Amino acid sequence: MKRFAPWIALAVAALWIASNSRMPKPAPEGFDLVAFGKLPVLSDGRNKPFDTVARTSLLIIRGKQTLRLDDGRTLDARRWLADVVFNAPAADAYPSFAINNPEVLGLFGWEQNKRKYFSYAELHPFLEKIDTQGGQADAVEQAKRTPYQTAIFNLRNSLMLYQRLKNSLRPDDARDFAGEIDAYMKAMPAALEETAKSGKGGQVNQEKLAGFARLTARFREMAELANVLPVPPDPAGGGPREEWISVGASLLQAISAGTVSPVTKTYALAGDAYHAGNVTEFNRHLHGLSDWMAKNEPEATGRAAYEFLFNQLEPFYQAMGLYVLAFLLVCFSWLGGNRNHGAAAFYVLLLALAVHTFGLGSRMYLQGRPPVTNLYSSAIFIGWATVIVGLIIEKIFRDGIGSACAAAIGFITLIIAHHLAGSGDTLEMLQAVLDTNIWLATHVVTITIGYSAMFLAGTLALIYVVRGVFTRTLTKDSAQSLSRMTYGVICFATLFSFVGTVLGGIWADQSWGRFWGWDPKENGALLIVLWCAIILHARWGGFIRQRGLMVMALFGNVITSFSWFGVNMLGVGLHSYGFMNKAVPWLAGFMISQLALMAIASLPPARWRSFQSGPGPLR
Amino acid sequence: MWCRFFHVISSLKLTVICLSLALVLVFVGTMAQVNFGIHEVQQRYFQSLFVWWPSGSQGFRIPVFPGGHLLGGVLLVNLVAAHVRRFRWTWRTLGIHLTHLGLIIILAGGLFTDLFSVESFMRLAPGETKNYSEDPRAMELAVIGESDKDLDQVTAIPEARLKKGGTIGSESLPFRIAVRHFYQNSRLQPLDKAGQNALPAATEGAGAQLAVTEVPPAIAENDRDLKSAVIEIVPMRGETAARAPVTWLVSGQLGEPQTISCAGKTWRLVMRPARYYKPYSLTLKKFTHETYAGTQIAKNFASHAVLADPERNENRDVLITMNHPLRYRGETFFQSGFEEGDKATILQDVYNPSFIAPYVACVIVAAGLLFQFGYHFVGFIRRRKTGHAQ
Repeated sequence: MKRFAPWIALAVAALWIASNSRMPKPAPEGFDLVAFGKLPVLSDGRNKPFDTVARTSLLIIRGKQTLRLDDGRTLDARRWLADVVFNAPAADAYPSFAINNPEVLGLFGWEQNKRKYFSYAELHPFLEKIDTQGGQADAVEQAKRTPYQTAIFNLRNSLMLYQRLKNSLRPDDARDFAGEIDAYMKAMPAALEETAKSGKGGQVNQEKLAGFARLTARFREMAELANVLPVPPDPAGGGPREEWISVGASLLQAISAGTVSPVTKTYALAGDAYHAGNVTEFNRHLHGLSDWMAKNEPEATGRAAYEFLFNQLEPFYQAMGLYVLAFLLVCFSWLGGNRNHGAAAFYVLLLALAVHTFGLGSRMYLQGRPPVTNLYSSAIFIGWATVIVGLIIEKIFRDGIGSACAAAIGFITLIIAHHLAGSGDTLEMLQAVLDTNIWLATHVVTITIGYSAMFLAGTLALIYVVRGVFTRTLTKDSAQSLSRMTYGVICFATLFSFVGTVLGGIWADQSWGRFWGWDPKENGALLIVLWCAIILHARWGGFIRQRGLMVMALFGNVITSFSWFGVNMLGVGLHSYGFMNKAVPWLAGFMISQLALMAIASLPPARWRSFQSGPGPLR
Repeated sequence: MWCRFFHVISSLKLTVICLSLALVLVFVGTMAQVNFGIHEVQQRYFQSLFVWWPSGSQGFRIPVFPGGHLLGGVLLVNLVAAHVRRFRWTWRTLGIHLTHLGLIIILAGGLFTDLFSVESFMRLAPGETKNYSEDPRAMELAVIGESDKDLDQVTAIPEARLKKGGTIGSESLPFRIAVRHFYQNSRLQPLDKAGQNALPAATEGAGAQLAVTEVPPAIAENDRDLKSAVIEIVPMRGETAARAPVTWLVSGQLGEPQTISCAGKTWRLVMRPARYYKPYSLTLKKFTHETYAGTQIAKNFASHAVLADPERNENRDVLITMNHPLRYRGETFFQSGFEEGDKATILQDVYNPSFIAPYVACVIVAAGLLFQFGYHFVGFIRRRKTGHAQ
C-alpha cells in the first residue's frame, strides 16, 4: 500500500486541479455573461476580453475581484461590469469603492466604523472635493506622498476609471440609446445640408441643427471619456487594421462614413435590453456580436477566449495550493522518516511546476513577450526558476531539502505576485524603452534567475541554521550536503547575476548611451554580484567555512530583496517602472528577520543543539 | 620589503576587503541618490579617489571612505598581481583565469570610459540642421566676429577658463577679457524687482538693467546650474585707458547675443552650452511620438533625419529610435527625449572609444564562470555516482 502513496497523492492533487477547472456556465434563464466576458475589446492599449477589464477594474477600485452587496449577495466581476456599462444607475448603488483611510473619510464628515466600501451614489456629492484634493496630491512626487495623499489620489483615480467605464458603451444616463442613434442618423442629412449652407454664407435653420448638435456633443463626450474601445476597424473600409475605436468615436465617424458600425448598433441594442431587464433580447444581440467578432476579428476573438480561459483557471492560485501540499508532504517525510512521502512531494511538485509553467506560458502567449516584463511577472518567474533548481537538487541529494525549498519559495513568490497584482492589468503594455524582446529575454531573464538562485541559497542556509540551532537533526553528513548545495547554488547565482548585470549594461549602452550610470537598479544588481564574489573569495581564502557560508548566504537574502524591491521604493532613477511603497514594512520585516537569523547563526557552536553531542562543523 | 608589499598587494584578503568596501560604497551611494542628484552622487562616491566629508568643494574636509576610482584601481592591481604570483596553466584553473581576464577588461574599460568618453546632446526641431552637439553641463563664452558674409569667426572660452578668473587674451581679438566674477549658479532679476539696495550687474548691455545674485548649486536630477559671469572688456594698450571700466553680464539665461564694439568693429557676445563641432550634419525631417491606442503610454519615439557628410560624400536618410541608435564615425546618437508638444527631438551624442570593452568582457567572463562551475559540477556528480556505486 505504501508503495502507492506517491501515486495516490498525485492523483488526489490532479483531481483537485480538475475540480477547480470547470468552466462557468451561463444561467439558463439569465443574461449570458459568459459570452459577454469573452468578447474582445481594446483597453489600455491591448486586446483583451471584457472578463479581464472587469477583473482588473474591480481590483483597482475595490481591491478584490468580487463584490459583496449589502444584502449579502456576491457578484462576480463580469456581473459588476455588465451593470456598470449597461445599467449605470443600478451599479451606482453598489458598494464598489474601498476607502480605508480615516482622513479621507473625515474629508466627507464620515467616521470610520466597520464599513470599508462605499457606493458611487454616496460619493457623488463630494466629487468636486475629491478631484481638487486628488489633484493636489497628484502634484506631489509619488515617493513623497503622505498616506492621506496616496489614498485620496487612488480614490480619485478609481472614480475616474469608474466614470470612464460607465460611459464606454452608452452614456450613463441613457434609456433608449439605440433610439438616440436612430434619431442622430435621421437628423444627419438635414443637419449636414444646413452646415454646408452656413459655409456659403446662407441662412441657417437653427432648429434643424440643434437636436443633431446636442447628440454630437453627447457622443463626443463619450468618445473622450471611454476607457474601453469595443469597435474594431471596419472590415469593409480602408485605414490601418489595428485601430479599434470607442462607441462615441465610431458614432462621430458615422458623419463621414454615412452609416453606423454594426458593432456600435448592436452594443446599443444589447445595452437597452439589459437596461430594460429583457434577457432574451440581450442574449440574442450579444450572440450576434460574438458571431460577428469570430467572423471579422478571428485573432482577437481567439486570444480573448484564451485569456478568458486563463482567467477562469487561475493557474497561479492552483499552483499555490499544490506547493502547500508538497511542503506538508516533505514535512511528513521528515517527521515520519518515510521515503514515500518524499517521493509523493516530488510528484506533487512536478504537477505544481506543470501548472505554474502553463500559467507562465499563457502569459507569454497572450503578451507576445518574454516572461518578465514587470515586478508582478518577476515574482512569478523567480518562483518558477527556483522550483526547477530545487527539483534538480532534490534529484541529486534525495533528502527532501530541495523539495522543501522549492515548495516554500514557489508558494511565497506566488503570494508576493498576488499582492503585486493590485495595481490592475498585469499584462500591461510596455514603455517604449522596454519594447525590445531581445533584451527582455536575455538581460531580464538572466538577472531574475540570479535572484532566484540567491533566494534558494538563502533558504538552504535558513534550513541549516534552524535545524542546527533548534533541533538535533543536523548531522555531520547533512550539514556537509547542505553546505555543498548552498555553495553550488551561490556559484550558479554568481554566473547568472554577473552575466545578467553586464547584459543590462550593454542594453543601457544600446538605448541610453552609457554602459553604467550608477542608477539604483544597476547598483542593486552590482551589490548581488559583489556579494557573491565576496562569499566565493572568502571561502577560497579559508576566511569562512560552513557556518560562515551560511551566515553570508542569509545576508544574500537581504541584498537580493533590496535589489529586487528596495531600490524601487527609493523613487529615483531610470528603472522606476515598478514603483511601489505599500510593501515597505514587509520588506523591512523580512530584512530584520534575516538579520536575526544571522545573529542566531553566529551563536557559538556549543549553543547549537545539533553540535552539543559530538564534533560539529568547524567555525 | 618589496616582497612583503607584493605579498599584501596580491593577497586574497585584500580582494575580500576591497570588495566589501565596494559593497558598502555602492549601497551608500545608492541611498544618497534619494537626497542628492545622481550626477552629484556619481562624482562624490564613484568617480573619486576618496569620499570627502563635508561634501562641499571648499574649506576644511577629511576623507572618510575610499572612493570608486581608488577601490577599482586597487582591485585591478590586486587582480593583476595575484595572477602574476599564482598563475599556473591547468584545466582546473582555466575558468578562473578567463573570468579574471574579463574582469580586468571591464575595470580598465570603465576607467577609460570615465576618462575619455564625451556626452553631449543635439536638439533638433523639424527642418533644422546642426553640425554640432551641445553639453548642457558645461558653458562657453563665445565671441563671434563678422569677418565674412557667410562665415563667422568664433572665439570660444570654456567655462573652466572663466572660472579660473584673471585676464584672457586671444590673437584673434583686439581686446582682452577680464573676468570680474564667475557665478556657478545664479539668479537674474530686473533691477526694480530686486530690492532697494540692488546694484546693476554690469555697466553695459542687458546687465545694466539686471541684478545678479549667487545661489547654491542645483541638486535635483533635472535642475541645472544657471551659470553667469561679469566680464570687463579691456582694450589693448594705447586705447583710452583713462575711461571707466566697461563691464558686461553674460549668462546662459540671456537668450540673444549682446553686441559690443571695439576698434571700429563689432562682435557678438554670448554665453551658451559648450559646442562640439562635427565634420557632418544632421537634419531632422520628422519626429514621431506614438502612444498605444486609448492610452498615454509611449510606444515609440523616432527621429527621421538626413545625415550629410561632404568629406565622405555621404548623404542619406537615417532613423533613430528607442534601442536603435545611429553609430557614425565613432559617435553614437541615441533617441534621448523630446520637447513638450513634440516640438523638437533631443538626441544624445556619445563618444566612447572603449564602448566595446564590456561586450568582449561579458563573453569572456561568462565562458570562464560556465567552464569553472561546470567543470567542478561534473566532477562532483561523477564522484557521487561512483560513491553510490560502491
